[in-house]
Amino acid sequence: MSILVETPGLLTTLQDLGRRGYQHLGVGPSGAMDPVSSALANLLVGNPAGAAAMEITLAGPTLCFEHDALIALGGADLSPEIEQQPVFLWRPTLVRAGARLSFGPALRGCRCYLAVAGGFRVPAVMNSASTQLSAGFGGFQGRALKRGDLLATGGPGERYPGLRQRFNRGTRPFLALDWFPPWYMELDFLRPAGLRMIPGPQWPSLPDAARRSFLAERFQVAPNSDRMGIRLRGPKLEFEHPMEMISSGVATGTVQLPPDGSPILLMADRQTTGGYPRLGELASVDLAKAAQLRSGEDLSFTTITCEAARELMLERAARFRALERTLSGRMTE
Amino acid sequence: MTTDAAIPSKASTLRVEPLGDQALLVLLGDRIDPGVNDQVHQLAALLRAGALPGVSDLVPAYATLAVHYDPATWSAASLGAELDRIWQGAATAAPPAPRQVEIPVCYGLEFGPDLAEVAVHCGLSEAEIVARHAGAEYRVYMLGFAPGFAYLGGLDPAIAAPRRQTPRLKVPAGSVGIAGMQTGIYPLETPGGWQIIGRSPQRLFRPGLEEPCLLKPGDRLRFVPISLEAYEAFTEEPS
Repeated sequence: MSILVETPGLLTTLQDLGRRGYQHLGVGPSGAMDPVSSALANLLVGNPAGAAAMEITLAGPTLCFEHDALIALGGADLSPEIEQQPVFLWRPTLVRAGARLSFGPALRGCRCYLAVAGGFRVPAVMNSASTQLSAGFGGFQGRALKRGDLLATGGPGERYPGLRQRFNRGTRPFLALDWFPPWYMELDFLRPAGLRMIPGPQWPSLPDAARRSFLAERFQVAPNSDRMGIRLRGPKLEFEHPMEMISSGVATGTVQLPPDGSPILLMADRQTTGGYPRLGELASVDLAKAAQLRSGEDLSFTTITCEAARELMLERAARFRALERTLSGRMTE
Repeated sequence: MTTDAAIPSKASTLRVEPLGDQALLVLLGDRIDPGVNDQVHQLAALLRAGALPGVSDLVPAYATLAVHYDPATWSAASLGAELDRIWQGAATAAPPAPRQVEIPVCYGLEFGPDLAEVAVHCGLSEAEIVARHAGAEYRVYMLGFAPGFAYLGGLDPAIAAPRRQTPRLKVPAGSVGIAGMQTGIYPLETPGGWQIIGRSPQRLFRPGLEEPCLLKPGDRLRFVPISLEAYEAFTEEPS
């Protein structure tokens, strides 16, 4: 089973939910910027939530399916089409051999995820299929996809037999399940995005006025943002005296404040350690929302306690488990 | 507990602060100091040996240890208490002897384009720069910045040299450089502003291997000068 990349799009990579256990060697996690959309798309086609998906950024690729495939798209709405017919996000969809998936205008969000039943077959590097772009390993040959790449995938299997019967009787290039689960609570791409931050050790050292403007004013996503970090434009925040920091571990979601006064939100391709003051860390449940922000879009911050952020994460995990149970029933229909 | 008296080097309780809702930071000091760093590696070794469930990454830095965890298994408070229990309960035996690693370096020539400039800056001969650089034992305080990049301590202050005014767009993998009081090896070809004095044929980062990085936090390192012939003849142990 395989998929041919006819045009690669702006930045298209394979990512799972990240590389664990190698940060002490300077190897960061990488992985899907929006882990929620990636996991949901995978669950829809019967894959484990942590399987590799294709991360598609703003301008999508053109992909030719060389065999019948069961796919699901999730995350940003980049106007996906199969053979010029619009395709819904969040629906298990059977695609016929020879059909082309392409993308149009980016309507909402920044990153779309394509999951394929059976998964993308790439060698695991340090136990992960995630592409690490700066060091050039993982994913498909350690790089973003290019024209002519042929991606090996698993097969569609026996999932959704009812859908498959209807698909086999017809000739349409694709057929989607006319049902999808109500998970919009996970996908709050509200604008301007309100992100919740757990205050960190240098937060109290920030002058009162700077703390007030951090919480009251809006920031914009700067154009030089990437998978390493979302750079923010907005009020300049400065300590009264330069903070002398020595390098220390950071996390995905760390809000760093470099001396130029513009915060950086560390994302999937972050380094493992950093030497800038830390204002705090995003609540993990808000990372997906941050990942869907585009250059120029607004965001603002509120604060949350570490305990409350963990509760939100546990509630989401419980909803995921419930969804998996629902889907395993649907997949046999 | 009566063991407290036997472990005078340990703080009464570990200083722990949240690093978001899926990691925390253990603070063992607040400066770059071999003794503090020893404690960081000692705690990391203890926790690795204990194989705590729901802990994915232990990231030593100069004076801190980041512990990344699964929030379904731990809260910041419960993990902090567990780390403290492990730390207080551990025997006071000296930390395990660090690994000794030797890195072959061909100094100067086309591999070390800045060796002459460093020599002029320091008022020493090129041979003296090499002798001092290769004469010291270095501590791998931590890895970070890029896969396999080691932050080393132990540079002879007499051969410290400022960064280049204009960084190079491409510094080959294996290049050995000096920047201020730091020395290090570029594991990958990257842009860089360090003064490059030599190059090692030894690869520091091989992502396909079970042990992808030659260096580990806490190692001791020596640079061993080699000739151009030895550089060209160098073959890594089979992977």
